[in-house]
Amino acid sequence: MTSYRFESMADLVALAEAEQLTLGEVALRHEVAMGHHDRETILEAMRERWATMRRSMEMGLEAPQKTMGGLSHGAGQLMATHRPLLVDGIAVQVMARALAVNECSAAMRRIVAAPTAGSSGILPAALWGAQQRLGCPDEGVVMALFTAAALGMVMANRATISGAQAGCMAEVGVSAAMAAGAMAEMAGAPPDVAVHAMALALKNTLGLVCDPIGGYVEVPCIKRNAIFAIHATSAAEMALAGIRSFVPADQVISAMGEIGEAMPKKLKETSQGGLATTLIGLEVMARRPRVDESRA
Amino acid sequence: MPFESRRAYDVGMAPYDSVFSIIGPIMVGPSSSHTAGAARLGGLARALLGGTPVRAELGLHGSFAETGAGHGTDRALIAGLLGFSSGDDRLKDAFEHAREGGLSWSFSTVNLGQDIHPCSARFVLRAADGETLDMVGSSLGGGAVRITSIQGYDVDISGDYPTLVTVHEDRPGLVREVTGLLARLGVNIAFMRVARRHRGAHAFMTLESDQELPENLVAEVRAMPGVLSARALPRLA
Repeated sequence: MTSYRFESMADLVALAEAEQLTLGEVALRHEVAMGHHDRETILEAMRERWATMRRSMEMGLEAPQKTMGGLSHGAGQLMATHRPLLVDGIAVQVMARALAVNECSAAMRRIVAAPTAGSSGILPAALWGAQQRLGCPDEGVVMALFTAAALGMVMANRATISGAQAGCMAEVGVSAAMAAGAMAEMAGAPPDVAVHAMALALKNTLGLVCDPIGGYVEVPCIKRNAIFAIHATSAAEMALAGIRSFVPADQVISAMGEIGEAMPKKLKETSQGGLATTLIGLEVMARRPRVDESRA
Repeated sequence: MPFESRRAYDVGMAPYDSVFSIIGPIMVGPSSSHTAGAARLGGLARALLGGTPVRAELGLHGSFAETGAGHGTDRALIAGLLGFSSGDDRLKDAFEHAREGGLSWSFSTVNLGQDIHPCSARFVLRAADGETLDMVGSSLGGGAVRITSIQGYDVDISGDYPTLVTVHEDRPGLVREVTGLLARLGVNIAFMRVARRHRGAHAFMTLESDQELPENLVAEVRAMPGVLSARALPRLA
């Protein structure tokens, strides 16, 4: 029995092409081959994640969430009720849902990390948008989550998905890249095209730093999720149009790792530079609680 | 020379081996590394101690110390010690639950060195029965964690596999006796690590298994001559 193990995007595409499978199906078979659970149990666990993602989108749209730092309030609702002027209605609703999920996350409500909580709005919102556009059933979205997982696993294992290690490109960048590949596959792209979509999305987040104000996962995180849900959609559309990433996906991932190592520590989730140390950032910092004062 | 990515596979195991390490965990926000990962580390520490501590001294390193409060890291660590999962709505009110449950705690900023992941914490715990634990762990991103030290011994435990942890006298044959027992019980060892501080000192062993560990395993290992302590860690939810 094959293990469907993949260590690189090249491996992943080769596996899918050799057996004429989608990337999502390769990821599902890999999970089955690990031997902990059968196929149906694994599918059911992923359905539960999609259901949780949908609930978090609805929750954030129903009512403004009280975030820990109070730096964002009701952005999802505002966007959802906005009459679009420059983009189409689905794009506006995608942004609304990304905002909604991240406001829920910042308010300590239940979400699904994808791959992280700070980037948890991108994948559900982007896939929801693709679902509306393509008229795809929920089961198709569940398979797209396996596609996203396969791409994310390679990025996580060959580089990192930790903002503290490589800045925001490792979280929002990876999430947008996962979403781009998954949407391309949902729209019928073959494996290599889906991986080009992933590479295009990741490449254009390289250098993105993690400088959250006051150490809260709110500014710029919440709005960044909305912007990059659309970024992911653009990358997928470009790949579907036949545009290819000049740099192979695995080399883009290596570049992310290298840039992450070179990135100064003050821009890697320490809130010691960038937006966190702007005048307004410092004002928020001055009134935030300190962990080491907490005792009982 | 082109940059070489850190290849997790090269050291024998990939921290992100499952699709659910990327799509998941289902968790309360705001951060998979600083909230969910912190709760999981707390949960592992609780399991190693053998129950909820009455006293917890928590040292926060790097990004945990810098941005922990805004990420709810403090509450999440305490929630884990109380046995709450990263998706438990009670995480938000962990301090209140700790007070009610008789757990007292303190936080401090610590420097655990250059080589450790920036999201790391040290747990110094005491249980009601006098049992103590000194554990260091890191949150790697996306909710994945690693225990890097227990009672001062270097370890590498992910919590993704049921794990047996023993401290024993450093004598020939003991490791074989433990692995022999596991074989008789039909438990396959996925990863194994033996460490000691110096020759003749106590040795420390961690065994990660593909299957759930049988209930009577810990008692049987503890009964072996030369074994000073044995604990089982369940697979982390």
